Amino acid sequence: MKYIDEFRDGAVAQTLAGKIAALARPQRNYSFMEFCGGHTHAISRYGLTDLLPPNVRMVHGPGCPVCVLPIGRIDMAIDLALNHGVILCSYGDTLRVPASNGLSLLKAKAQGGDIRMVYSTLDALQIARDNPQRNVVFFGIGFETTTPPTALAILQAVKENLQNFSVLCCHVLTPAAITQILESPEVRQWGTVPIDGFIGPAHVSTVIGSRPYEFFAEEYRKPVVIAGFEPLDVMQAILMLIAQVNDGRAEVENEFSRAVSRDGNQKAQDRVAEVFELRREFEWRGLSVVPYSALKIREKYGAFDAERRFNIDYQSVPDNKACECGAILRGVKRPQDCKIFGTVCTPENPIGSCMVSSEGACAAHYSYGRYKDMKPALKEEETRHE
Amino acid sequence: MSEVKRGYVRPLDLKHGRVDMTHGAGGRAMVQLIAELFAKHLGNAYLGQGNDGAVLPAPVLNGRPARLVMSTDCHVVSPLFFPGGDIGCLSVHGTLNDVAVMGAKPLYLAAGFILEEGFALGDLARIVESMARAARDAGVPVVTGDTKVVERGKGDGIFITTTGVGVLPDGVELGGARVRAGDAILVSGTLGDHGVAIMSQRENLSFDAVIQSDTAALHTLVADVLATGADVRCLRDPTRGGLASTLNEIATQSGVGMMLQEKAIPIQPVVAAACEFLGLDPLYVANEGKLIVICADADAPRVLAAMQAHPLGRQAALIGHAIEDAHHFVQLTTAFGGRRIVDWLAGEQLPRIC
Amino acid sequence: MCLALPVKVLQVGLGSDGQCALVDLGGIQKEISVELLDDVRVGDYVILHVGYALSKLDPEEAERTLALFSEMHAQTSVVA
Repeated sequence: MKYIDEFRDGAVAQTLAGKIAALARPQRNYSFMEFCGGHTHAISRYGLTDLLPPNVRMVHGPGCPVCVLPIGRIDMAIDLALNHGVILCSYGDTLRVPASNGLSLLKAKAQGGDIRMVYSTLDALQIARDNPQRNVVFFGIGFETTTPPTALAILQAVKENLQNFSVLCCHVLTPAAITQILESPEVRQWGTVPIDGFIGPAHVSTVIGSRPYEFFAEEYRKPVVIAGFEPLDVMQAILMLIAQVNDGRAEVENEFSRAVSRDGNQKAQDRVAEVFELRREFEWRGLSVVPYSALKIREKYGAFDAERRFNIDYQSVPDNKACECGAILRGVKRPQDCKIFGTVCTPENPIGSCMVSSEGACAAHYSYGRYKDMKPALKEEETRHE
Repeated sequence: MSEVKRGYVRPLDLKHGRVDMTHGAGGRAMVQLIAELFAKHLGNAYLGQGNDGAVLPAPVLNGRPARLVMSTDCHVVSPLFFPGGDIGCLSVHGTLNDVAVMGAKPLYLAAGFILEEGFALGDLARIVESMARAARDAGVPVVTGDTKVVERGKGDGIFITTTGVGVLPDGVELGGARVRAGDAILVSGTLGDHGVAIMSQRENLSFDAVIQSDTAALHTLVADVLATGADVRCLRDPTRGGLASTLNEIATQSGVGMMLQEKAIPIQPVVAAACEFLGLDPLYVANEGKLIVICADADAPRVLAAMQAHPLGRQAALIGHAIEDAHHFVQLTTAFGGRRIVDWLAGEQLPRIC
Repeated sequence: MCLALPVKVLQVGLGSDGQCALVDLGGIQKEISVELLDDVRVGDYVILHVGYALSKLDPEEAERTLALFSEMHAQTSVVA
């Protein structure tokens, strides 16, 4: 596959590993947060941590929209399916997330809810066309990558006067989440965030461009390197971050130059601005309430807003007290530090947001890396901290 | 006295006809369905006995009664017809394979059909013909069967249950609990073909690709593997849940770990692309015509050669080894050089957006 | 962040409003929307996410990035 396979070359990985090891100063510890769930996945799936020196540590951030979606929002989707008789269309990722009353979207389907997995809003629109006598609601989740398709769907529904179509909008914003991490309580406690730099999201950046990150670099003096999705991209970005830290720079660099520009996709941004506006505040699972961090549908398009049409309200549902997701998402604790990791909280029975999606920090560690915690069983393995 | 002439019986309308409730009622309509459809295609001496049960000779080996292997499988695949096969041949191959991986030579099959009212007779004929062809090619007759009809809305078109019986040669002892650290793990060919072929037909995920299901009867491949005289510990065909699930089962049963080499695992490039598209891991995608062989490491070369000499094993490969591991992890050395676990599947794999 | 792939454009101007394109990834073909981009041509590579093309891939930049990986010594900054 072109533009994929070349960026996964194992031999080149060894070259990059060598460069990273050479550049990382032995007397210093480096801690970088990869914001994006896709990067977390790449690191786990390719075993990237095995190629990094022990003083370079990756911290998994909250860039997984499924992980940070509060239970209360899923409850709303389930309510629509079970109690309002709508056809609820959702991306595959959300179907298994446990919500209130022992339900998930998948379990609600078993109880008779008409819940359908779709690959794209285009599919949801078609379902609305095919079922004019039923209400069809699209469950819109995701960061800025996924928002333009939802905007287009609403505009298309307007064009076709598809009156039975509406959207439950739960789209969230990346820069707000990054701010939340940089402004966390630990900052006040320790005077600094224990993170030296960020690997910026790949595909969010194709839409919003690299410009929005300049604020973080300047204001918080933290380097940001936007990285492509493939493992070699991630390694190159780590190399560039180490270079910046060594030089004392705090700039925005773009490793994913083949797809990201400074301004991003203006057309996509315009469509989003046309259809959506900022919510004053929005609760994020694991990060609590964050101001101006999420979108809602503008009044102009209110007819296609499922919250207005069905008059449903968000009810906050707290996470389990033992759950350490908040600290893990901010990079101050690791999955292994959570008392219920791997015992009560597993991918089959996730308690908190980090375990819910396969890209959450806890899920990734459980699925791909937990054997490293179990030293006695594997004779030759030395400990590498994540 | 005038002769009572048999009335004219109109043949089944395979073009436009549909299954209705009379076909399952045990009367003339059902008799006709069996005669013109099932018996016509599946026909053999046993089925021809026309009784409630088939009378079979007990297998004898070296003058003594042989050990029997019996297996049963239910088939609910949707869509019913997919690139490379259909529910008919799938149901024959699936049960033959379950018998074969025990090391047994399959002898007889039984088939049960649950039909939904309204199911097109033309489709039923296609399915039964496909089953008959698969059974004939394998040299294993369907000796007995049953048909029922359920009301419209109470069945997904057609469900098929097949049961197979085979005879186990002396000295063959295969099982998931017999694997030891150091054993070689081999696979007969490319992984993920069937699952992706099915997915490509489902609405909302459809794309154009030439991926065919790999559904096939593996018993002659198994026979060739066993004929090498190698010390084979375990054979299995990785179906739902893919290679990863099957290896995890065996690892737990035997109390060992496993270390696989990602570069050695055969996957068709177009299947890999389809999995990228959908966000699936090919190690967890279903197969219907692949064999996993675990044998003593010293015997791996000749087992590999035997598989590669067989039409269904041309791309057979050695993909890893069993290792000592109290945690029974199945691990993978990635093409990238790092390591990861290939864990049990948590529920069904669903296509992802992120 | 989200699962997005570089795909090659085989045909343009499809769909009822001409805003769809047929793309290919390693032999898999799918019809997707290119409404979020202007001037998509046959032979272009685009980044595909949930049925929509989000940006074009610049082949020269791709080559440059690959060359960067393989250099013997660490490269200094590439400012956005």
